[in-house]
Amino acid sequence: MAKGRILIEEALCKGCELCTTVCPKDLIQIALDRFTPKGYHPAILVDPDQGCTGCAICSIICPEAAITVYRLTAAPARAAA
Amino acid sequence: MTLELLEGNTAFAEAAVRAGCEAYFGYPITPQTEALEHMARRMPELGRVFLQAESEVAAINMVYGAACAGVRVMTSSSSPGVSLMMEGLSYIAGSEVPVVLVDVMRGGPGLGNIAPSQGDYNQMVKGGGHGDYRPIVLAPATVQELIDMTCEAFDLAEKYRCITVVLTDGNLGQMMEPAELPPMRAVRSRADRPAWALTGADGRRPNVISSIYIDPVDEEAFNRKLMAKQAEIEANEVRFREFMLDDADVAIVAFGTAGRIAQSAIRAARDEGIRVGLLRPVSLYPYPYARVAELAKQVLAILVVEMNGGQMVDDVRLAVQGRVPVEFYGRMGGVTPLPDEILDQIRRLHALGGGEGAR
Amino acid sequence: MTDMVETLIYQRPESLQMVHTHYCPGCTHGVAHRLIAEVLDEMDLRRITIGVAPVGCSVFAYNYFNLDFAEAAHGRAPAMATGLKRVSPDRIVFTYQGDGDLASIGAAEILHVAGRGENITVIFINNAIYGMTGGQMAPTTLPGQRTTSTPLGRDVEVHGMPLKMCEVLSQLDGSAYVVRRSLHDVPNIRRAKKAIRAAFEVQQKGLGFSMVELLSSCPTNWGLPPQEALGWIKDHMLPAFPLGDYKIHPALSADEG
Repeated sequence: MAKGRILIEEALCKGCELCTTVCPKDLIQIALDRFTPKGYHPAILVDPDQGCTGCAICSIICPEAAITVYRLTAAPARAAA
Repeated sequence: MTLELLEGNTAFAEAAVRAGCEAYFGYPITPQTEALEHMARRMPELGRVFLQAESEVAAINMVYGAACAGVRVMTSSSSPGVSLMMEGLSYIAGSEVPVVLVDVMRGGPGLGNIAPSQGDYNQMVKGGGHGDYRPIVLAPATVQELIDMTCEAFDLAEKYRCITVVLTDGNLGQMMEPAELPPMRAVRSRADRPAWALTGADGRRPNVISSIYIDPVDEEAFNRKLMAKQAEIEANEVRFREFMLDDADVAIVAFGTAGRIAQSAIRAARDEGIRVGLLRPVSLYPYPYARVAELAKQVLAILVVEMNGGQMVDDVRLAVQGRVPVEFYGRMGGVTPLPDEILDQIRRLHALGGGEGAR
Repeated sequence: MTDMVETLIYQRPESLQMVHTHYCPGCTHGVAHRLIAEVLDEMDLRRITIGVAPVGCSVFAYNYFNLDFAEAAHGRAPAMATGLKRVSPDRIVFTYQGDGDLASIGAAEILHVAGRGENITVIFINNAIYGMTGGQMAPTTLPGQRTTSTPLGRDVEVHGMPLKMCEVLSQLDGSAYVVRRSLHDVPNIRRAKKAIRAAFEVQQKGLGFSMVELLSSCPTNWGLPPQEALGWIKDHMLPAFPLGDYKIHPALSADEG
């Protein structure tokens, strides 16, 4: 399973493509086969090799705050008894 | 009664302080600068807010900001400065936040001079800024009235969530008269501020104060709301004073200083046997149209006296509807008429058929 | 092997409402809004902050932020903010203004809040053009730049040179934190966020006037797609409006922002 995962809220995405230009792994593309409710082609995570690292760089450039980012991290150690 | 000899400008400033005014933002302009200076000393003494703004444009916008926070706030200025405030006043009216303005009129137009006039009646009473709104406008004629109306202005502004203007002139601003100031009223705590105020969205949904209604249908609905408010104000807040009107054949209608001077002329005319009286509108908005209309059924002629080229006279004519002749006498440019000038006009009207035996 | 758990790294800040904005696709107003909202969330200031919206593309900012907000007349936001802050000194008050609002019609108001050292924060969106009204010249429009009111390019003989507001306002004693950042790429956006945070901290500490100028894009009126618009900032605006710290109050540590 990939270390990272993003969710792009399509109701907010305006298909500006900025996220597609900054992903270090080139994992975000514009879905030309469909439209958001507002009529934009949304950005989507395409992750066939499960390479997303959850770096969150896409969320830094997104003008719509449409991207939620998850990453696998080490579970917190149990508190000492 | 503890009467003190008070200067008009200082009196209205102190009256505002007593009424619980929490913030004053203003700019020096003759003939009302004493008010700013009084506030500069008094407000910090009481831990309240005073700021001399960089212009009247800035001042009225500071007032707007403070009013959005739900506090009692005022400014004062004179004709050219009030012109600069018109944008801000329109925004304030369009946002329904309460604001008090004292306008101490001077000679104009343009820079004019610093002498007293009533040349801004139309500007102030008909709204002044762009759009469909009317501030409540009160016109005092004595320092005591100036004090009382300034205090009342805060209550009216809050009651109706509107602008209330105390419209006076340099005569009253500068003159000294015995008058009494009211006791000090405490400033409101934040917890007691109105629910719509901008105080931080802590434990409630955010408040937004704006005059934008981008959809014309919504804007019209808002304007209807303002009209409804005006109807309520017109029904409840008409104020006027009468002097020797009961048996009058001729009536003078005059506001503020002009009304006060007319009283002296009326006394002199009465000594000559002329039955003349004074109707002195105190609320210029809402205007006492009904009282003037009623008066037109009683008298044979009306003389309107103003310190301008003829502004309130239009409202008188509107009420009279041609029933009786309405004459106008005015001095402009900062000239204050003398009682004798008005007495001459009274005699003239009386001779033209406003007197005994003319019916 | 340690257990791995999926952790939320980033989500939309609470200080933004969950609404679609009217800004053009790729417009950096959205980035600026988001950074302010993130900072207000991280500093836990949302519930005591009052914003003042300008006239310009961001006139409806009050519909997007999840805060108490006032709408100011064009250019008057600093004066309104002064009124709000003076009567509510324990609240955080900020204005959000474009280049016309701040540097043209509002030139007197911004000068005097800085001069007075008003404890407010100003976020200045400089995109060298008037967006909302359809692309006219702004005080910050570059020489030779074509706009609808300079169709042949800004002629400095007629219109003068662009105004550099950080340079001007940092001269005033009341200014405590006056910096210019840019939103044209991820590293600069990160630095911009740090500056916005520092500016609000300056207000919290009561040190005086704080302003963060953000070089921003206007894809629509520049006639460029979003990514190229960011490139235009880098190629053309950075030389004209150098990034940097123009005024840092001595009480602030050197590496803030």
